[in-house]
Amino acid sequence: MTATTRQPERLLETSPSSEPRAGTSPTRERSRPRLAPGRALGVGIVGLWLSVIVLLPLAALTVHSLDDGFAGFWEAVTSPAAVAAIWTTLVVSVGVALLNTVMGTLVAWVLVRDEFPGKRYVNALIDLPFALPTIVASIVLLSLYGPNSPIGVHLNATRWGLAVALAFVTLPFVVRSVQPVLIELDRDVEEAAASLGASNATTFRLVVLPTLAPAIISGAGLAFARAVGEYGSVVLIGGNIPRQTQVVSQYIQQQIEIDRPANAAAVSVVLLSISFLTLFVLRLWGSRAQRREEVSP
Amino acid sequence: MTTTRRSRLTLRVLALTYVLGLLALPILVILYRTFEPGIGTFLESIRTPAAISALNLSLTIVAIVVPLNVVFGVVTAIALVRWRVPGRGIIQAIVDLPFAVSPIVVGVSLIMLWGASGWFGGLEGSTGIRVIFGLPGMVLATLFVTLPFVVREVEPVLHEVGIDQEQAASTLGASAWQTFWRITVPAIRWGLTYGVVLTVARALGEFGAVIMVSSGFPGVSQTLTLLVHSRYIDDHNTYGAYAAATLLMALAIATLLLMTLLDRKRSTR
Repeated sequence: MTATTRQPERLLETSPSSEPRAGTSPTRERSRPRLAPGRALGVGIVGLWLSVIVLLPLAALTVHSLDDGFAGFWEAVTSPAAVAAIWTTLVVSVGVALLNTVMGTLVAWVLVRDEFPGKRYVNALIDLPFALPTIVASIVLLSLYGPNSPIGVHLNATRWGLAVALAFVTLPFVVRSVQPVLIELDRDVEEAAASLGASNATTFRLVVLPTLAPAIISGAGLAFARAVGEYGSVVLIGGNIPRQTQVVSQYIQQQIEIDRPANAAAVSVVLLSISFLTLFVLRLWGSRAQRREEVSP
Repeated sequence: MTTTRRSRLTLRVLALTYVLGLLALPILVILYRTFEPGIGTFLESIRTPAAISALNLSLTIVAIVVPLNVVFGVVTAIALVRWRVPGRGIIQAIVDLPFAVSPIVVGVSLIMLWGASGWFGGLEGSTGIRVIFGLPGMVLATLFVTLPFVVREVEPVLHEVGIDQEQAASTLGASAWQTFWRITVPAIRWGLTYGVVLTVARALGEFGAVIMVSSGFPGVSQTLTLLVHSRYIDDHNTYGAYAAATLLMALAIATLLLMTLLDRKRSTR
């Protein structure tokens, strides 16, 4: 099942082109054939495809966000409702990322180190949020925590409702990022620490946690990046109440609906920048951690 | 770490409560609510004209998106791995971009490009093709969000199989086309299938990007996910929304099972 999670993790992978450059590059340069005409055509097609599907829409978005000039852009993103929506999104997303950092690590720990009947099924269940359409996630949570809740918990149209929805869709990130590291973890070091008199808490804090930290942080970062842009899973349970439970994506959707495309584009650019910045920092941090690991024996 | 029995049980209960309360319980509730009035009611609810047209539209989008993604995805993967094209890093970053973009932002971007006042807004006037609020818009939105899957599943396989067999084939006089069909395609088939499964699942399940560019008329321009939304919000037909969601959930679980199966197949190959 690990294959599903490779999808988000790829965002952090340093590209395979990071082969050592210094020594090998001259021979590689020499052996590199010039692009044959057929291949040049292929590359042209690929470029055109990526441009039409991905790049041009994003370029049009960025340009349209400046339709009313920089002043208009600034006004759009600093309007009280926009700021409130951005703030709500950030607060809930940080909270959910932290919650899933703790619970995700715990779940990964139990799935790796503990044995109990039905473990296989619990493990398979973790991937469900990746496979389930977001609108289904929304309605599924609403059936348990909404107006007709069979357990009497009503989170509909509250920030807690948002948090539950986002926790649902981001649960797999930390679990699937920590699990493989935990499986590979060398237990000898833990036993050594224990035999030297370290308590469980000390061993966890000084031996286990530092090893898991990069995986935990990358999982949490991916969860946060996913949460800030989420729409489908919060649309039914969130309530979309301006300045209370309206998240950025709902605000943008509303601006399109009331025919303020320039506002929608400007706030979209802000949302896009938040996701890109998060992933960029994670990637930078990941490659630095990797280098440090390579340097230290 | 040697944990005591009690602390291990505490951890287990905590983890299982979280997973079951968040994932399993809500799904059981919705299954119960869907099938409580009997399977006949469920079938009736997913056989209304609006539901059938929604299923058809979702499948139409899948039928257009999958072949496009297969062709362009495989070419992109080959270009990235085999051709040593300049700017590989940039192409890779562009392929990953859709993972980082919120579905709503995808929708807004498409409106800014293809909408009436967008860059290509003149297209409707000159050719009569309606992109935004029409099928082409929904297809473009789905293409945007599914673009990475085939590339990202085929690329590592191409890396792994290397070029020995391909070189041997061309040494023995096979044309580039023959080498591609007889050597490359069989080598990447499981990776490609996996990418297609991910594409189908995402195409059926996409909501945010599609709702932005669809006119959303029942029976005309509603996909399955839009049907769930409109039944709940516009029609106050909670049961109908549950039933349609259950149908989508069944498709998602089938995908999940298929992926597990393929995973096993790939690793034993």
